Amino acid sequence: MSQAATLNAAAPSARPARRSGSLGDVIFAAACRGAGIFVLLLLGAIIAGLFIGGWDAFRTFGPGFVTGTDWDPVQEVFGAGVSIYGTVVTAVLALIMAVPVAFGIAFYLTELAPAWLRRPVGTAVELLAAVPSIIYGMWGFFLIVPFMAQTFQPFVIDNFGEIPVIGDLFAGPPFGTGILTAAIILAIMVLPFIAAVMRDVFNTVPPVFKESAYGLGCTTWEVVRNVVLPYTRVSVVGGIMLGLGRALGETMAVTFVIGNANRISASLFGPGNTIASVVALEFGEATMGSLKLSALLGLGFILFVISFIVLSLSRFMLRQRVQK
Amino acid sequence: MSHSSIPGRPKDLKASAALGRRRRRVDMIVRTACFAATIIGVLFLISILGTLFWNGFSALSLKVFTDVTKPPGSDGGLLNPIIGSIIQTFIGTVIGTPIGLLVGTYLAEYSKASPLAHSVRFVSDILLSAPSILIGLFVYQVLVVPFGGFSGWAGCVALAIIVIPIVVRTTEDMLRLLPDTLREAVIGLGAPKWKMITLVCWRAAASGIMTGILLAVARVAGETAPLLFTSLGNLNWSLSLSAPMASLPLTIYAYAGSPYQDWIALAWAGALIITLGVLGLNIAARSLLRK
Repeated sequence: MSQAATLNAAAPSARPARRSGSLGDVIFAAACRGAGIFVLLLLGAIIAGLFIGGWDAFRTFGPGFVTGTDWDPVQEVFGAGVSIYGTVVTAVLALIMAVPVAFGIAFYLTELAPAWLRRPVGTAVELLAAVPSIIYGMWGFFLIVPFMAQTFQPFVIDNFGEIPVIGDLFAGPPFGTGILTAAIILAIMVLPFIAAVMRDVFNTVPPVFKESAYGLGCTTWEVVRNVVLPYTRVSVVGGIMLGLGRALGETMAVTFVIGNANRISASLFGPGNTIASVVALEFGEATMGSLKLSALLGLGFILFVISFIVLSLSRFMLRQRVQK
Repeated sequence: MSHSSIPGRPKDLKASAALGRRRRRVDMIVRTACFAATIIGVLFLISILGTLFWNGFSALSLKVFTDVTKPPGSDGGLLNPIIGSIIQTFIGTVIGTPIGLLVGTYLAEYSKASPLAHSVRFVSDILLSAPSILIGLFVYQVLVVPFGGFSGWAGCVALAIIVIPIVVRTTEDMLRLLPDTLREAVIGLGAPKWKMITLVCWRAAASGIMTGILLAVARVAGETAPLLFTSLGNLNWSLSLSAPMASLPLTIYAYAGSPYQDWIALAWAGALIITLGVLGLNIAARSLLRK
């Protein structure tokens, strides 16, 4: 309000001031618009940069670069197949674990928790999202990996290892690191993102809808299943896709715990790698201008394309809620 | 109302009592499961903080803040990574914030629904969630390769690119919360639009915009992957932005993977420092918004 008063005082200074105002308007509008266009170009430049960087690899190996499973720096043969597989499998496993827990948290925070508890618990979950990924990596490496190696994996191998088919999932020595451990860490990392989106969209359901269902004698769970979930279905899927997008590109935490081996194994306890972990680990050994560097940038391009598709879908689904 | 007037099958009292019991039981089970899920989520946070305090507190001493990194076994500190992190986070934020602020202003004040605004909003949202390692790779290509080496500047630029979409999002959201009557009042006084935005709208939304900046600082302070290919990390004392530069996350990464006990202890101390800093900034940002 005090600002309005000073503006008022400056107003009578007639013509010249007004002209500088319109010039200021032109400059300021151009700056804002320019910044917007800059952001557009930035994303374009990132895509183009990664594609041009990976061009050598794409040209040398053709479509085999995506499907090939060899990664041999000595023979200079590079294929992204294993790391694409690892990226997708760890992310999907992480979602399978994270989504039910995230739903539980969102359900608890919107329907069950007493009002005084909602904010502290909500903040705690949001803080979980703020912990840097390197910390998850260290925590996983020094806490979860020993637990998996000494307790969880021997237990599972002893009890389920003999069953045909299922036993194959748990084959191999209990190193602690591997696909499953990486997926667990990823699940914990994407959990708060999914839970926060679910909580926010659950809160958009008009109270009248819920009250009428309660009025018919529905239990809380029936209200959520038959009213809240159908109403928010699209946005809930959008939130899950957002979590998927995060899980696909996670680097540091995965690099610590996945075991880093370029092979596809049926066992969940086997080591693997992801696009991001390969890039982070092998980058130091790639010299400028080498085919290996180009292959790593090509991997980056593939990861970008996958994330772009997933994130676009997620955004599309979440925007529908806004327009409703 | 007589019983026979209700259409449908006659009511089986026993069956409906059983149905009611079953519905209540299912409800109880789901409620308990959801409560358990929330406990699990909170336990993860407690476990991470507990581990950090348990391992990091014993390694924390004044030396960590006053001594530079040294070879294993010679009792070094984390001074250069801490300074490096502060410098790069600061410069990255200073570069990224004005751009993000202008973009957010463009989206909220100039063009809410034009095709250009829709694409800018879309691209900014993609950048917000895109894997940060790719931003590192991109900056490597445009700043490290042409200029012939890793540098602190490249790290700053990579962090700035991460700052931009966070500031865009909060700026737009906060400006949109302002009532249009405020804008009309300023325009009605004869003020040009740019003065309306800079002197009134930005001020009115200042605490919200500040929240966005703090969240952005918290996010980039803990980023590791984009710095891996840009500022590379440096175990020697160096304040030059044209040379490889140390940073806390990169040092933690290098030390935690090493076989030396004293380096691992220092990594825990660094992890504790950075986590407390990041979570502290987050809490500060949130309380700023609530005021």
